[in-house]
Amino acid sequence: MTTITADGHIDDHAHDADHKPAFFQRWFMSTNHKDIGTLYLLFAIIAGIIGGAMSGLMRMELAEPGIQYLQTWASISNGGEASMDQAYHLWNVLITAHGLIMVFFMVMPAMIGGFGNWFVPLMIGAPDMAFPRMNNISFWLLVPAFLLLLGSAFVPGGTGMGAGTGWTVYAPLATSGSVGPAVDMAILSLHLAGASSILGAVNFITTIFNMRAPGMTLHKMPLFVWSVLVTAFLLLLSLPVLAAAITMLLTDRNFGTAFFDAAGGGDPVLYQHLFWFFGHPEVYIMILPGFGMVSHIVATFSRKPVFGYLGMAYAMVAIGVVGFVVWAHHMFTTGMSVNVKMYFTAATMVIAVPTGIKIFSWIATMWGGSMTFKTPMMWALGFIFMFTVGGVTGVVLANGGIDDNLHDTYYVVAHFHYVLSLGAVFSIFAGFYYWLPKMSGRMYSELLGQLHFWIFFIGVNILFFPQHFLGQQGMPRRYPDYPDAYAYWNQISSLGYWIMLVGVAIFFVNLAYTFLAGRKAEGNYWGEGATTLEWTLSSPPPFHQFETLPRIK
Amino acid sequence: MTHYVKAWILALALVLSPAAVSAQDALPEAPGTEAAPAATEAADSAAESGEAPAEAAAPAGLDPALYTPMKPTEGIGMPVNKGIDFQQQFSATGKQAKWINDAILIPMMFGVSLIVLGLLLWVVVRFRRGANSEPSKTTHNTFIEIIWTAIPVVILVIIAVPSISLLAQQFEPAPEDALTVKVTGYQWYWGYNYPDNGDFEVIANMLPEEEAEARGEPFQLAADNRMVIPVGKPVKMLITAADVIHSFAIPAAWFKLDAVPGRINEKVLQIDREGVYYGQCSELCGARHGFMPITVEVVSQEKFDNWVLANGGTVAGEEEATDADEAENTETSEAETAAANDTTEDAPADAAAATN
Repeated sequence: MTTITADGHIDDHAHDADHKPAFFQRWFMSTNHKDIGTLYLLFAIIAGIIGGAMSGLMRMELAEPGIQYLQTWASISNGGEASMDQAYHLWNVLITAHGLIMVFFMVMPAMIGGFGNWFVPLMIGAPDMAFPRMNNISFWLLVPAFLLLLGSAFVPGGTGMGAGTGWTVYAPLATSGSVGPAVDMAILSLHLAGASSILGAVNFITTIFNMRAPGMTLHKMPLFVWSVLVTAFLLLLSLPVLAAAITMLLTDRNFGTAFFDAAGGGDPVLYQHLFWFFGHPEVYIMILPGFGMVSHIVATFSRKPVFGYLGMAYAMVAIGVVGFVVWAHHMFTTGMSVNVKMYFTAATMVIAVPTGIKIFSWIATMWGGSMTFKTPMMWALGFIFMFTVGGVTGVVLANGGIDDNLHDTYYVVAHFHYVLSLGAVFSIFAGFYYWLPKMSGRMYSELLGQLHFWIFFIGVNILFFPQHFLGQQGMPRRYPDYPDAYAYWNQISSLGYWIMLVGVAIFFVNLAYTFLAGRKAEGNYWGEGATTLEWTLSSPPPFHQFETLPRIK
Repeated sequence: MTHYVKAWILALALVLSPAAVSAQDALPEAPGTEAAPAATEAADSAAESGEAPAEAAAPAGLDPALYTPMKPTEGIGMPVNKGIDFQQQFSATGKQAKWINDAILIPMMFGVSLIVLGLLLWVVVRFRRGANSEPSKTTHNTFIEIIWTAIPVVILVIIAVPSISLLAQQFEPAPEDALTVKVTGYQWYWGYNYPDNGDFEVIANMLPEEEAEARGEPFQLAADNRMVIPVGKPVKMLITAADVIHSFAIPAAWFKLDAVPGRINEKVLQIDREGVYYGQCSELCGARHGFMPITVEVVSQEKFDNWVLANGGTVAGEEEATDADEAENTETSEAETAAANDTTEDAPADAAAATN
């Protein structure tokens, strides 16, 4: 990556740059990308707590064979003694809500809404996003979306309260299989969240194409901006397909259509094709901004520019493009023909190549560097290794013939938690520690940050690694109970959850410390390794920045 | 660069595939969703009452002179305590897949992970600030970039070759005279039809804990009735569902195929060892998704024939059904034996009732 320096003088004090509106106007009618970014981050933290608590409930139940708690919990949400079936239904509600919350209301808002809003304009030297009011709508659509999803847990959804369809909302379980308004609410929630993301994507694409500072060509653009650009295109092209699919679900449910009902001439597998045409790009949507952040962090703490900048940027473009033509590897057992399976096997494996380029380029960035190991760097290093582990199991699953045994087992659960819970989430924490002082103006505690990293790292590995074993042994996913043979590794896995939880608790302590007692952060607290434009500003940056556009050499 | 690579792999895949290209031509057309057979409705209503799974056809009802359920072998066809590996495989394609995993994929996974870990540890030690205070300014090296693009491509090709041939092997069609078993997924139990043998239907519900223990079978894997097939012979599995999508899985045979309403998926199952093999529904299908196990019993041809007779079915070459209780059953069965292969669409209620 080209070294970028702000040319000329950046005026961040004096005049009216810091004149902030009053509380309600500032936070509820915001047109400021940094404030909206902050709202997104707060939202993601709240959603993360709820989604994480749900996984805690699930790991509690799965710690031992037999049904321990589900019936009690179901009785609470049903407001009366719950039957065993209602208890099992609650399980499906938990897996559904955990998936949807973590994908749509935690990872996406944090990465794209939070870090994207905060740092894309700063990194390209723009005063704000291209459409500031639309930016505000994007955020505020998420709030009713989240409330609809949470509310769906308290209305009938078939066997019990809530939508128990899995985050994939497959028909016909989600149509004729779930009577009651819960699934409709969940679908409308996805509509709103999708609309929010499409508006956000339009905003990012326009901003990045039109508002770069003079001299910043696409090939000089920071990699995080590249990653958000590619992500925005993936969102823009894939989300309308999801919207169409779930609209058809809605009309199948309520208006007598039969898009996915075989008895009426429809096809349930059509829904899966439409869903995964969105769903596969979605997994890259959740990881690409992380790639971008990790690139900056690795370069900063190696005091060296990113190795192979163009390769890094175009590897992300390649991942985005190929990511659109591999969707049916999520459907290897639906009864596809042999040629289709061969194609999707081959196409899926191709993605390992650009991903490999990125991993090796990060290592090459560190090679010859002068490395320090501050908290963000620890998370980035953890990300690189854990993402590799999640990647190699992905290559295993890519093989249609091998996947026949592993499909819908815990092996898949382990795989996607390695790339998401240890991939995407590690990169979110990396970015958070990297930029928290920039956003808040105060330094976090390095000691607590390191503790958070190590405990979380150990916890999630104990949590998810044994799930590979369970999957290879054949344990299907989405099961509230299991035969005794699976008890041992499930118990270890649940133990890992509690360790991870301690790590998360330390994170919140650190957050409190930062705001209550953190020392003031300078403009560029990471020193010479940090070269992008946000480091030319104060911490926190002025309310409006770059009123005089910086020039890029 | 990567576009190149992709084209290459695709070309390779296509070159390798001709043997299997036409394997799926004979896929049967899907009929419309069919109504659940009469016999299953009783089970259904019992299931809805929220009590223990319905006893649609207790094996006690089968003539013990013709059939006694086989005892499972501990650790075979089922998960093992603290197990970390795949279940032992008893089908040719399963052994092939397991071999690919053990000989190619596992070394690849460990190799790649350890190389990345090794490189990370090396840079962390060698290029920490204390050991290297002046960072280099290198940002490009075309040669090494080509290397780390090319090597993964080679590794992927090494994986793709056996993987593609495994797929071709898995899609080899069943011989003309293969036994056909039609599997239907219901909320929340399985139905097994034997169209070649008078089209009787066996309904399989999960065994309650005490009963599973009494029979010496693992709880949550054991079903009250089993899908019985002959050993070492290809069985044409036709898999469908009556309500929502289910998935029929036998981990010890590397077999998994979704049961989709309105479609009949076909795949060959051949298990080469007599024994009992367990599987579980593998597609989320509602509240009791976790409680509709699959129990497959693989027996000699002779035992299989006797089991068919015990269920009131017909055996190839014989004209009469042995179940004397229902005289009219003989007629239907004859008609169906004649119709042999195309009776999968309408499971007759009386044949199903014979299992009760």
